[in-house]
Amino acid sequence: MEILTSIVVGGLFGSAIYLLLSRTPVKLIIGLVLLSNAINLLIFVAAGLTRGKPPLIPAGALRPVAGVSDPLPQALILTAIVISFGVLAFALVLFRQAFGQEPSTSKPDTESTCT
Amino acid sequence: MIALSVVSGFVLALTAPLLLRLFHHRTGWILALLPIALTVFYAGHVGPVSSGLTFYESHVWVAALGIHFSFLLDGLSLVFSLLIAGIGTLIVIYSGGYLHGTTELGRFYMYILAFMASMLGLVLASNFITLFIFWELTSLTSYLLIGFEHRRASAREAALQALLVTGIGGLVLLAGFLLIGQVAGTLEMAELLTRPQGLGGNSLYVPILILVLVGAFTKSAQTPFHFWLPSAMEGPTPVSAFLHSATMVKAGVYLLLRMTPVLGGTELWQILLTTFGGVTMVLGAAMALFQTDLKRLLAYTTVNGLGMLVFLTGLPSRAGITAALVFLVTHALYKGSLFLTAGVVDHETGTRDIRQLRGLYTQMPLVTVAALLAALSMAGLPPLLGFIAKESIYEATWHLSRWTLAGTAAAVTANMMLFAAAGLFVLRPFFGRSGTADHHDHHPIPISLWLGPLVLAVMGLLGGLLPGLVDGSVISPGVSAVLQTTADIHLSLFHGITPMLGLSALTVILGAALYGLHPKLSRWVARRSGWARFGPAAWYEHGLGAVKHLAEWQTLVLQSGHLHIYILIILLATMGGVGATLILREGLVVDWQPDSVRVYEIIVVILMLVAALVTIRSDSRLSAIVAVGVVGYGMALLFIDFGAPDLAMTQFIIETMTVILFALIIYHLPKYRSICSRAQRVRNALVAVAGGGLMTLLLLIALTVQRGSRLADFFKENSLISAHGRNIVNVIIVDFRGMDTLGEITVLAIAGAGVYTLLKLRLEGRNR
Amino acid sequence: MNSLILVTATRILMPMLLLLSAFLLLRGHNEPGGGFIGGLVAASTFILHCFAHGPEETRKLLRIQPGYVVAIGLLLAMASGCLSLMSGMPFMTGLWGDLNLGGGQHLPVGTPVIFDIGVYLVVIGAMLEIVLTLAEEE
Repeated sequence: MEILTSIVVGGLFGSAIYLLLSRTPVKLIIGLVLLSNAINLLIFVAAGLTRGKPPLIPAGALRPVAGVSDPLPQALILTAIVISFGVLAFALVLFRQAFGQEPSTSKPDTESTCT
Repeated sequence: MIALSVVSGFVLALTAPLLLRLFHHRTGWILALLPIALTVFYAGHVGPVSSGLTFYESHVWVAALGIHFSFLLDGLSLVFSLLIAGIGTLIVIYSGGYLHGTTELGRFYMYILAFMASMLGLVLASNFITLFIFWELTSLTSYLLIGFEHRRASAREAALQALLVTGIGGLVLLAGFLLIGQVAGTLEMAELLTRPQGLGGNSLYVPILILVLVGAFTKSAQTPFHFWLPSAMEGPTPVSAFLHSATMVKAGVYLLLRMTPVLGGTELWQILLTTFGGVTMVLGAAMALFQTDLKRLLAYTTVNGLGMLVFLTGLPSRAGITAALVFLVTHALYKGSLFLTAGVVDHETGTRDIRQLRGLYTQMPLVTVAALLAALSMAGLPPLLGFIAKESIYEATWHLSRWTLAGTAAAVTANMMLFAAAGLFVLRPFFGRSGTADHHDHHPIPISLWLGPLVLAVMGLLGGLLPGLVDGSVISPGVSAVLQTTADIHLSLFHGITPMLGLSALTVILGAALYGLHPKLSRWVARRSGWARFGPAAWYEHGLGAVKHLAEWQTLVLQSGHLHIYILIILLATMGGVGATLILREGLVVDWQPDSVRVYEIIVVILMLVAALVTIRSDSRLSAIVAVGVVGYGMALLFIDFGAPDLAMTQFIIETMTVILFALIIYHLPKYRSICSRAQRVRNALVAVAGGGLMTLLLLIALTVQRGSRLADFFKENSLISAHGRNIVNVIIVDFRGMDTLGEITVLAIAGAGVYTLLKLRLEGRNR
Repeated sequence: MNSLILVTATRILMPMLLLLSAFLLLRGHNEPGGGFIGGLVAASTFILHCFAHGPEETRKLLRIQPGYVVAIGLLLAMASGCLSLMSGMPFMTGLWGDLNLGGGQHLPVGTPVIFDIGVYLVVIGAMLEIVLTLAEEE
């Protein structure tokens, strides 16, 4: 499954990069969302995938059973998900205020040329 | 106590503007109490130090890195401290008279005291890092001092030039210091000096030596870095007098003397120091002859003096070091006096042009005495200290085991020109027939102005008449400290009929002849003034210009104002860095292991990939948002599948919130069509495919590395036992890595506040 | 957005969802859940209310500005870390005590739980601040 998820990570990164490079503000923001998803998945997969063994300690035991998933990347990703939402909201509002109905992310005076 | 003596200067500097309000024109005298107290304090150490003691003091700073706030007071630092504090006293008093009426006098006092304190720190520091910090502090404070009259563009340029040359040299020096620390295993000078062996045999010796020499040469204005020193004459005269007699420019010489036991003694050391020093001393003296400005004349003789000191330090004998220390003290005394004299002349007559000044002795008799004594010392005539210094120099060059002739010839040439320069400074301006030059008002010169030059000049006379005053108290301990042996040096005015006396006589004859020929020579030189175009000052100009052009060019390229270009550059740099590291370090080895895949997983994965494709291809905002939602829910499903229920829950809720967020704001945003050209789209697609492929590759390679970490094991082991929680993920969030979480919820709070502020501020703006 | 179904559903759902969020918060130390998830559930409850009745009504219901909720949460989280300072241990060292419920039942209470409540409040506050402000823009 790792190979398959690696390909998903690559796909998400590729789409995110393509959207980030486009000059449309909305596409850029969608690219940001995809990028944070891609990075979360990258961290999650890099630690190795284990099916159906959450890092919980069963009642009565002192430590989890052998082979549970790595808890550290999960903790990292959990906070990252919430924060990226906050940052996304901020970026959205910032873009709204900065570009309004501007169709492009270039500075206004050098508008027309595509470099 | 030593640390206190350094820090006190900074403290007083901070209060100086306040004291000026309290004491007005008497402030100079009040402020001088500190340097005079410091002089007494250091003078109190003369007895113990000359009997062989050294004082060491260390305060904890960054102990883990071997960085201490430590100080060493031995023979060498004692000589320098005495000169700095002693001349500093006179400078502070003099400044009160010289800059009387300047509105920013408080600022000036602040700078000059801070500079003095930095200089004391520099010569007393024992730790290399401490030394470096004081070294750069002197560069910074001298920048402020040289550019004190900041309304003049030329002063600003000169200040910047001094800062760039000495500051960059300081950075190079830091690299040298760090290398020494690596090689020697210590950053403490006091420890390094006691080792019997220097670093001469080390494989890193040559780079260390070159780095340290660049630092010392830039600070001490050795050719080809000498040009900043004459430019620095833009500063007020007390600054020139202080910086160029005993302090700033001597820092490099101090460093060379200090490092002699560590880096000295090798052939390379001798060759580099004598060559650069020799060229600098001859060049400096020659350039001095053709200046018409009193201060610039002195500036070039300072270049000469510095070259002489470096040259002498490089000589492989005790006589060289002895001569260096004698000349150091001599030079500080006469140069300080001459600069201050030039300042008085400028202050009283309004010009420093040698061609216009005549017969000043009637106007300022005391100052004339000072100028005459100091100039005689510079010319090297008996019975002044300058004569003893010159004899010591010839003593050192005459007894060289090789290159005797070249060394002696260079010394004689330099001294002969110095003799003529001394004549130029003092003869016509002070004693020439008083003709056209108009003396506006004959008011008496205040004591603060004549005290400094006179005291320094008289000390030069006393030192010459009674050499016993200096040889046992400062010269012998200084030489002992440099050579790390016990030296007992006796100076005297008259050694009997020796080759050295003959050389002195030769110097005087040649110097007098040169003085006589000077008018002709200067006309000849004046016709060739275009040569300056090829000098090091021009290299500096071109270099600075090139840096500016480079900055302009790269700003135009990188800061284009197009967001997509910024992103492209960031992405390419990241991808280049990651890709290069991946290929160079790991090689492209991917371990294909049999993979267990379930049908529903394949479905989820395909859905996510299709959704990602939809976000790219779609022309509608809504379908793009729905597709993003599909990707997010797909992530959540993967989290459930692979044992992360907390993540799955969070992802589900956040994904819903994201869609709500987009729904709220979407109609305020522009349309979702692409406005890129076809070529741009192809380029973006290529970058995207490369980036995505790189990340897949990175992940596949990362997966071949051994999994599981000691960290994870620690968390699993201690979650219940020490942290009383069965949900290890939550325990990490709120306990093991609680500090991170605190930071993260702060970010969240700021994002919330940011959204609120951005929208509400705009709303209020609209309502107004 | 005055849909009868939404208004009715909200009235029934809200108490249940809030209860669920508190439950998720408190059991988070031992089972899936915790401050982040609990806070998100609580925030979505109020956002649901906002869609049913409009942002002004939601602000009235809250009685307290979301910004203050954020501030209280941050202070609580920091204060929980400072407790250990008072007993001479490094910042944010977990302290645990047993609450005797009688009848042989014990409930362990510790500073990390207080910290989690702080996280919970910050998440609620920040989310509501963002969504309510945006909703008022419409």
